[in-house]
Amino acid sequence: MTDPLPPQRKHHPRFHEPWPIRFGMTGLALLFLFFFLGLPLAAVFSRALEAGWATYWQAISDPDTRSAIRLTLLAAAIAVPCNVIFGVMASWAIAKYEFRGKRLLITFIDLPLSVSPVISGMTFVLLFGARGILGPWLEVHQMQIVFAAPGIILATLFVTFPYVARELIPLMQSAGSEEEEVSLTLGAGGWQTFFRVTLPGIKWGLLYGIILSNARAMGEFGAVSVVSGHIRGLTNTLPLHVEILYNDYQMTAAFAVASLLALLAVFTLVVKSLIEWQIQRQRATAVGLIKRDTR
Amino acid sequence: MSIVVENISKSFGAFHALRDVSLTVETGELLALLGPSGCGKTTLLRIIAGLEVPDQGAVQLNGHETSRQSARERRVGFVFQHYALFRHMTVFENVAYGLRVKPRAERPSEKEIHDRVMALLQMVQLDFLVDRYPSQLSGGQRQRVALSRALAVEPQVLLLDEPFGALDARVRRELRRWLRRLHEKIHVTSVFVTHDQEEALEVADRVVVMNSGRIEQIGPPDEVYEHPATPFVFDFLGNVNLFRGRAENGKANLGHLTVDLPEASSADPHNVMVYVRPFHFSLDQDPIDSTSFPATLQHFHRVGPLVDVELANESGQLIQVQVSLERFEELQLQKGALVFLTPREMQIFPDKQSKRQRAL
Repeated sequence: MTDPLPPQRKHHPRFHEPWPIRFGMTGLALLFLFFFLGLPLAAVFSRALEAGWATYWQAISDPDTRSAIRLTLLAAAIAVPCNVIFGVMASWAIAKYEFRGKRLLITFIDLPLSVSPVISGMTFVLLFGARGILGPWLEVHQMQIVFAAPGIILATLFVTFPYVARELIPLMQSAGSEEEEVSLTLGAGGWQTFFRVTLPGIKWGLLYGIILSNARAMGEFGAVSVVSGHIRGLTNTLPLHVEILYNDYQMTAAFAVASLLALLAVFTLVVKSLIEWQIQRQRATAVGLIKRDTR
Repeated sequence: MSIVVENISKSFGAFHALRDVSLTVETGELLALLGPSGCGKTTLLRIIAGLEVPDQGAVQLNGHETSRQSARERRVGFVFQHYALFRHMTVFENVAYGLRVKPRAERPSEKEIHDRVMALLQMVQLDFLVDRYPSQLSGGQRQRVALSRALAVEPQVLLLDEPFGALDARVRRELRRWLRRLHEKIHVTSVFVTHDQEEALEVADRVVVMNSGRIEQIGPPDEVYEHPATPFVFDFLGNVNLFRGRAENGKANLGHLTVDLPEASSADPHNVMVYVRPFHFSLDQDPIDSTSFPATLQHFHRVGPLVDVELANESGQLIQVQVSLERFEELQLQKGALVFLTPREMQIFPDKQSKRQRAL
């Protein structure tokens, strides 16, 4: 009983559009990309390095800039792990269980994407500000949230909240729970099942979610701007610092700091496309699996 | 290792998946749960495994009450219809999984794991595929990997959910004979779910026929097939012709024919359903006894050494008949020919449904 091996997957059939259409469309897309992405990016770097590397380095090593980098990294370092934990838990609950209020939970997860970041910033001021609902209590206990690092972290958490969960929910839903059930009947515990079966299945999706939420955490402007108070060296994040420098007509410094964010964006894009490529490969094998499974 | 299922009920919302089901599986037995989709057979299997919690009732494994045991503690091997192999692990790692997740004190050494996995893979004749990933295997190979993975932890009970449901007909026949042989070799108490009557009758020691959350009949394959306890079982196990009629004075009047009733049936007039299998009719040019009735040949087609014939009786009811090719050629029949059908064997059940309809 040696079953024949499954046939190799075939490549997608080539499209048969005539070459002027193919090249025209590709060219148009590239042209658009050049004008709206390539050119601005190049402008940022050329402007930042206009006065030479020394000035560039000086702008970046300025104490206020350093503090902005630190705060940005801190906010991301707290927001991203929180989102990972929350995102995995929420998508696990949504994908593997049926419960009342599931739709509501999904809607709430999407909320930060549909609300303008400025408004989310305002709600934090409304909650934790001096005249906010919890303001007096916080003052008594000498805790400052708004116009301080905790406010910035909270605002960052809020706006980055959906990214991991949104990536994982469809992934987990399509995977179902049979592999986990098998793991349980084979004697594995809950954590063993999670780390050995569930996590390897979602790792690329999870990484993609992390990349996206990290990019958003470091680049967030609106919500953070409202709760920050723009205190230089204290409550400034990188994007806010760029704005301040720009408003002060310190163009070279502004573009130098901006180039850091741009570098981050480029890095994120590269990692993102690498991960997407991996996910696609994984899906392709999964599709191959499903195709041969269905009668 | 025996399984005792006592008065299990389970609902999903308004849907009653199982209603008061009781069942005993003897040690070393290979039992089939047979029924149409939605009859509750998979739910019952999942409850035995501890993957689903019953609303009422209890499951005993080897005389021990299990309601407080999780799926993990029951030491039950479960094989899913779609195999549920761990996609990111090789065949070897899939089979080794159950051994690797054991608590450190019980975990076998790396060499023991290797030997055990290889022995299992040799048994299922897949030892040449150890380094492959599930996506590189055919359906039949995957199913055998899933089975060896379940057997690796030496389960007390093996539960298989439609184990061959996703395979093509040829591989399926091969695999079920192989399962039969495997069971004869290792004799682990096994329960498998199927909707394929042929599969159940061929493989199992005993067959449990289920319908809408209830057990219709339990018995060895021959008994279930030869002496169906209910109209449902008769209908489900192969093609049938159904005739409705009225029973009076030891005879059933089916309109175009009258048949004698078995002596045990009640003397009161009642409605009956008479079932005749297609191959229990004889097909002749002339009536051969008092139960022969005329019918017109509508269609026929050859299936290997047999011919499926579709006829219509005088009231226009379609009747399926199966005769040997030899007999059919002997009669030299054409479409539209008038022939006589004589039921050689039949099964008579009281017609509860039409009585109820009349009462309404």
